[in-house]
Amino acid sequence: MNDDLAQFRAEIRAWLEQNCPQEMRDGAVGEDSTCWGGKNWNFTSDAQKTWLERCAAKGYTVPTWPVEYGGAGMNRDQEKIWLEELATINGRLPLQSFGIWMLGPALLHFGTHEQKLHYLPPIARGEIRWCQGYSEPGAGSDLASVQTKGEDKGDHWLVNGQKIWTSYADKADWIFALIRTDREAKKHLGISFLLIDMTSPGVSTKPIRLISGKSPFCETFFDNVEVPKHQIVGTENRGWDVAKYLLTHEREMISGSGLLAGGSRSLGAILAESGNLDEPVLRSDVMRHEIDGLAFGLTLERYKDQAEAGTGTGDASAMLKYYGTELNKRRQELIMAGAGSDALTWDDERAPHWLRSKANSIEGGTSEVMLSIISRRILGLPG
Amino acid sequence: MTKLIRSEEEIMLADAARGYLDEAAPVAKLRALRDAGEAHDPALWAEMAQMGWTGVLVPEEAGGSDMGHAAACVLAEEMGKTLAPTPFLSTAVIAATALRQVASARAKAALAKIAEGTVTYALAIDEGSKFDPEAIDLVAEKDGNGFRLSGQKRFVVDGGFADRLLVLARTEGGVTLFDIPADATGVTRSAKPMIDSRDAAEITFDKVEATGEDVLGTVDDAMAVLKPALEAGQAALAAELTGLAAGAFGRTVGYLKERKQFGTLIGTFQALQHRAADLWCECEVTSSAILHAGRMLDTDPENAALAVSVAKARAMDTASLAVREGVQMHGGIGMTDEFDMGFYMRRARVGAEWLGDYGYHAGVVAGLRGF
Ligand SMILES: Cc1cc2nc3c(=O)[nH]c(=O)nc-3n(C[C@H](O)[C@H](O)[C@H](O)COP(=O)(O)OP(=O)(O)OC[C@H]3O[C@@H](n4cnc5c(N)ncnc54)[C@H](O)[C@@H]3O)c2cc1C
Ligand SMILES: Cc1cc2nc3c(=O)[nH]c(=O)nc-3n(C[C@H](O)[C@H](O)[C@H](O)COP(=O)(O)OP(=O)(O)OC[C@H]3O[C@@H](n4cnc5c(N)ncnc54)[C@H](O)[C@@H]3O)c2cc1C
Repeated sequence: MNDDLAQFRAEIRAWLEQNCPQEMRDGAVGEDSTCWGGKNWNFTSDAQKTWLERCAAKGYTVPTWPVEYGGAGMNRDQEKIWLEELATINGRLPLQSFGIWMLGPALLHFGTHEQKLHYLPPIARGEIRWCQGYSEPGAGSDLASVQTKGEDKGDHWLVNGQKIWTSYADKADWIFALIRTDREAKKHLGISFLLIDMTSPGVSTKPIRLISGKSPFCETFFDNVEVPKHQIVGTENRGWDVAKYLLTHEREMISGSGLLAGGSRSLGAILAESGNLDEPVLRSDVMRHEIDGLAFGLTLERYKDQAEAGTGTGDASAMLKYYGTELNKRRQELIMAGAGSDALTWDDERAPHWLRSKANSIEGGTSEVMLSIISRRILGLPG
Repeated sequence: MTKLIRSEEEIMLADAARGYLDEAAPVAKLRALRDAGEAHDPALWAEMAQMGWTGVLVPEEAGGSDMGHAAACVLAEEMGKTLAPTPFLSTAVIAATALRQVASARAKAALAKIAEGTVTYALAIDEGSKFDPEAIDLVAEKDGNGFRLSGQKRFVVDGGFADRLLVLARTEGGVTLFDIPADATGVTRSAKPMIDSRDAAEITFDKVEATGEDVLGTVDDAMAVLKPALEAGQAALAAELTGLAAGAFGRTVGYLKERKQFGTLIGTFQALQHRAADLWCECEVTSSAILHAGRMLDTDPENAALAVSVAKARAMDTASLAVREGVQMHGGIGMTDEFDMGFYMRRARVGAEWLGDYGYHAGVVAGLRGF
């Protein structure tokens, strides 16, 4: 077993050496540094395009997905080796997307074989970009009270309503959305999980500007949009099950985001270069963050090992989401403090990152909602 | 690849330990010892020897069960849950690990006695109020073929009753670790009852005779033997503190589900729910660091320092939070001696200082992480 893994590591290392373009070995993790795919994607360089194509051909964009759906069929140990070797050469991820983090796992679990064959490979190749239509003006933390409605018209649903905070809706090709298909049932039991082509007549988007100066999220409007019946995941009116399952993956993804930044180098080592780390209060905060960050990284590992051994709990993602995002917000505060006035202009990328991180503990379920989930479902405290 | 989850054997060990400790060493045991003015229960120790716990790090050829550091951490964690008062860390973890580094027949015989439960050890390093093995003044002067030890040690945990002492002393070209009987001529011990109802002695050494045989490892090179022993002890202490946090937390959550005010269970108040949930998260994150430290000590001991310091720093922080929230969420009753939370709080404070406080371990982490 360990011999096999050593062999596997050698293969990955050799493949990366041959195939990862030099320009992709800078460890960059910024919003445009990694390809998000989709028909509207503008590659920032030829290297970015080549890197995506080479990885997609091997299934490395989604290493653990089955080969028939565009993955590489890796197990957990192999995936870990892939990520470690990629980090060793400071390589960028070839592709990231909501399709990979969110819809993919949900389809793998709830989709039919035909749906998997139809929707997953284009995600793996970065051809179709997805966005998430969950939140509405009146349904944020209380997500199950979504009102966007789908009327049964025989072979299709007629969808009307509005979503909000839809990240990258203006760039996405498709949207997975929570639509109320039964207005009489209790709120959790009248929702369906529909897949909607953003080019369908009646779909429109309007960007919203963020405090970071960017506008990657939108209002999304549905005005008499026809959605064919086969574009449902799971059972009619049982979309909440799919939605919740997807959320556990979304939460795990968001929780790890802070750890990826900086590759294998510590925040302290990065900040030390600024010369400001001798200041004792900052230094002490950075040390504490380092210790918590290392322990949290181990927790991500442990939970994955638990999940693989079948001893994990789905609710654990609430813990990862809460802890990981609060940790990342601390990290961003320390980066700003370490940089001093150097980071206070808009042409420095640190300020927008710092501002963007504030959303981590809101998107995908707020920190308070995570704590309530832990308190009820894990600690069993009375509602 | 090593997994960050407990193996089946470790789960069985933990279950067995919990079953035994709930019966034989609940907090009531510590309370009874305190009320009787004692810090150690030889009968309890003898039973732990019977079960193979005292020999958890003793090689099989010396009669031990040799289960490894992760297993030692499992045991320490369970002991932490009930605050079981034993010299497990000083003797079965620290002394056994130090002795294991040495190939002599004498060391092997000492290991055999540890496994049998017929000897207890205490580690004498500290001289000031903070852990700092670099800053020691106690000297071992050359005297013929042997040495004479003079100076003072403080905060020698279990030092009031231990049979033998591991003493760190300055020698001509460095520091040296001695293994001497605690009743040697010139040794004066004054046992100090500590806030955690355990004992830590202040020990004076007045020209105490030691032979070359008494040197553990090599003269002037204590660290070759001491470093692994300290790391093993720090990891196991971190595990104990994690168990302590879990013990305090379990009681607190239990109370939230039973105490009523304003006509309802206090566990329905979100102000308390969220703090309890936050504390649970801290406990989870710390547990990962403990598992990892045990795994590193077992598989890659040369490079375990980072894992151990992360574990110790995390564990003392989490234990401190758990006992502070424990008292606060119990209201007035949390402040009473009759209730056990105070025992948890006091042990957490002692454990935070022993073998390096937060700042000490944060310094180690920073150094190893390049800043
Ligand atoms: C950058 C960003 C990107 C996003 N991307 C998407 C996306 O792509 N798709 C999508 O569907 N949504 C997206 N969202 C929306 C996100 O999921 C919601 O913002 C989130 O669920 C919170 O809802 P809300 O904004 O309505 O806040 P509210 O629910 O109104 O919450 C306001 C405050 O009240 C607190 N609160 C609410 N209920 C409770 C309670 N029961 N107990 C204690 N406190 C409570 C909250 O924690 C919060 O602090 C995004 C949000 C952000 C910021
Ligand atoms: C050292 C000491 C001296 C004292 N001296 C006196 C004295 O001289 N005279 C006297 O009359 N009393 C005295 N008291 C009692 C003291 O006033 C009470 O302990 C205090 O009011 C809390 O009540 P409780 O102990 O019943 O805790 P509880 O009310 O049971 O509280 C338990 C926990 O639940 C929390 N909690 C309760 N209700 C809510 C809520 N609605 N929302 C959120 N959290 C909640 C509390 O904050 C606490 O954390 C003393 C207490 C101490 C510890």
